[in-house]
Amino acid sequence: MATYTMKEAKPAPSANKGVVFWLRENLFSDVKNSLLTLFGLYILYALIPPLLNWAIFDATWSGTKAELPSDGGARWIFIVEKFDQFIYGFYPESLHWRPNLVAFLSVALLVSLKLLKNNKVKIGLIIAFPFVCFVLISGGWFGLEVVETEKWGGLMLTILVAAVGIIASFPIGIVLALGRQSDMPVLRNLCIGFIEFVRGVPLITILFMASVMLPLFFQDGIEFNKLLRALIGITLFQAAYIAEVVRGGLQAIPKGQYEASEALGLSYWQGMILIILPQVLKISIPNLVGSFISLFKDTTLVLIIGLFDILAMVTLTNSDTNWLGFETEGYVFVTLIYWVCCFSMSQYSKAIERKFNTEH
Amino acid sequence: MKSTKLALLFGLTALVPTLSQAGTLEDVAKKGVLSCGVSTGIPGFSAADSKGVWKGLDVDFCRAVSTAVFGDANKVKYIPLTAKERFTALQSGEIDLLSRATTWTATRDTSLGLNFAGVNYYDGQGFLVSNKLGVTSAKELDGATFCIQAGTTTELNLTDYFKSNGMEYKAVTYDTSGQTIDGFKNGRCDAVTSDASQLYGLKLKMDDPSSVTVLPEIISKEPLGPVVRQGDDAWFNVVRWSLFAVLEAEELGVSSSNATAMLKSENPGIKRLLGTSGTIGENLGLKSDWAYQIIKQVGNYKEMFDVNVGKDSPVKIDRGLNKLWNQGGLMYPMPVR
Repeated sequence: MATYTMKEAKPAPSANKGVVFWLRENLFSDVKNSLLTLFGLYILYALIPPLLNWAIFDATWSGTKAELPSDGGARWIFIVEKFDQFIYGFYPESLHWRPNLVAFLSVALLVSLKLLKNNKVKIGLIIAFPFVCFVLISGGWFGLEVVETEKWGGLMLTILVAAVGIIASFPIGIVLALGRQSDMPVLRNLCIGFIEFVRGVPLITILFMASVMLPLFFQDGIEFNKLLRALIGITLFQAAYIAEVVRGGLQAIPKGQYEASEALGLSYWQGMILIILPQVLKISIPNLVGSFISLFKDTTLVLIIGLFDILAMVTLTNSDTNWLGFETEGYVFVTLIYWVCCFSMSQYSKAIERKFNTEH
Repeated sequence: MKSTKLALLFGLTALVPTLSQAGTLEDVAKKGVLSCGVSTGIPGFSAADSKGVWKGLDVDFCRAVSTAVFGDANKVKYIPLTAKERFTALQSGEIDLLSRATTWTATRDTSLGLNFAGVNYYDGQGFLVSNKLGVTSAKELDGATFCIQAGTTTELNLTDYFKSNGMEYKAVTYDTSGQTIDGFKNGRCDAVTSDASQLYGLKLKMDDPSSVTVLPEIISKEPLGPVVRQGDDAWFNVVRWSLFAVLEAEELGVSSSNATAMLKSENPGIKRLLGTSGTIGENLGLKSDWAYQIIKQVGNYKEMFDVNVGKDSPVKIDRGLNKLWNQGGLMYPMPVR
């Protein structure tokens, strides 16, 4: 009986594999492509070496004073000198361990959420976390020295404003989205009115309103913390956008799901929490994260009301008479920080999407 | 249209402070700290150093007032304010004193419910030109190319100045001040115009600071000074005389280094200033050694100027109009007697 024996597959002809093949197929397939490739290479040649020279080879990393030659490479010594201010703003140096601890705890929280199995413990941790952070950063309890909000700044403030905006606006946004879909006319119109009003004005207007107009409405002497005013403004602003993202998700859920939850005898809230919202939030993740990333970048607008986020810190450190003329280095540094933060957020969102992906 | 709305807004806001309680001095003393409004970064006037400590001419004035009230220069809480917020912050009581390179104008003085307590820096619009032009006076700038920010008072002043001198300029317009400066840096124009105090900082930001010159001409008046709420004369007096005290100290030759020795001086002017005779401190509601403490802890006007913007600072602004009256400048402290 003849037996079939598997033959080794022959290697592809040498003209159809290897680096040369790939190059020919992808970069030089015809005259137009070849020209474009050459042009692209030329642009890279024109950009990359000067960039590397500026950023690395000709750069200055050490030194004591601003008396450095301004031609040639980047003077990273500026970043080294002002690094603490970029990160912590005016937060007292001896207390830097407190924001550091908060950063460490945040990472620890993310890790433990991944490892822990018990949902009640997880929810407890999530609820307790903001309070722990607040006490640590602001002080005033457990013998921790009080640090006034005027001293908060830099990257710490950027992350804090973004985090508060994201966390606080999320539940408000969901409630607004549900309100907009509600059968109760007063509630529905209130929600529509709020969402459309807030979305109709720029964030900068809301911040101005919060910082310049609000204080005039209060009795003299009543001080309403500037940072708190900004945080409330940003949260309400973000909530309106979240509401619209969630509404999109709500409309994408087939009507059968709503009917099914009613058929099961679930109340409105039970149906929403157990059946509808989990699906809605899952399909809304890309849009939600997109909106969070744009909020993270929008937070820099707080500089117009005199709060020093990381970008405002660069401007401020550039007005130190001993360190004038270091804008480029500062802005490049901030660009990198923003990119790292936003890219991490987008990668984290992808990971969550994969985790919740139940499609087959 | 826009300006009427603004006027309405300010009219509205102007009502608020009249309702406020009198006695900022008592309030500040009770709080134990002076809330002082400063800028979000103007080189030499108010900016933070590498340790996060506020430094500058305007900051030193905050310190002087703090010393007058508490006998301690460091009881100041600095509130950084943008140009748009500064007046509201003062009107709403968030700050007790605005020391933020603010120009004294009739509109501000009369319609905002504020009072200017004096002038701590006489600024004005000047010219920064590239040395390639080879000019030494603004009168020789006929035909020069200017980088200007569209729609600003600076542009208006420039046009007026050139017209009245029968000269012409070519304009390269930009939207923001940052772009304007970059335009000059990159050689798009021969000259830029801005407040003189800014031009010196700008000069330092050039790749080669020696390639540009600040011309001597000043074509507009920008008197910068500390501001307080209207209707609180006692506090107004404290702020105004804190300013006069540092100027008078320079005139009398009293400085932080010799203030203690000067306590034994027999010069009647010095004795009144330092509080070894007379009751000026008490009349202001302060301790008798208020001015001595200011000079001892913060310094006289010359010291403030030299360290922050003058010859001992990197900016090296010429004293110019800010010299004392008897040395050819405009600084004229009212007599302490």
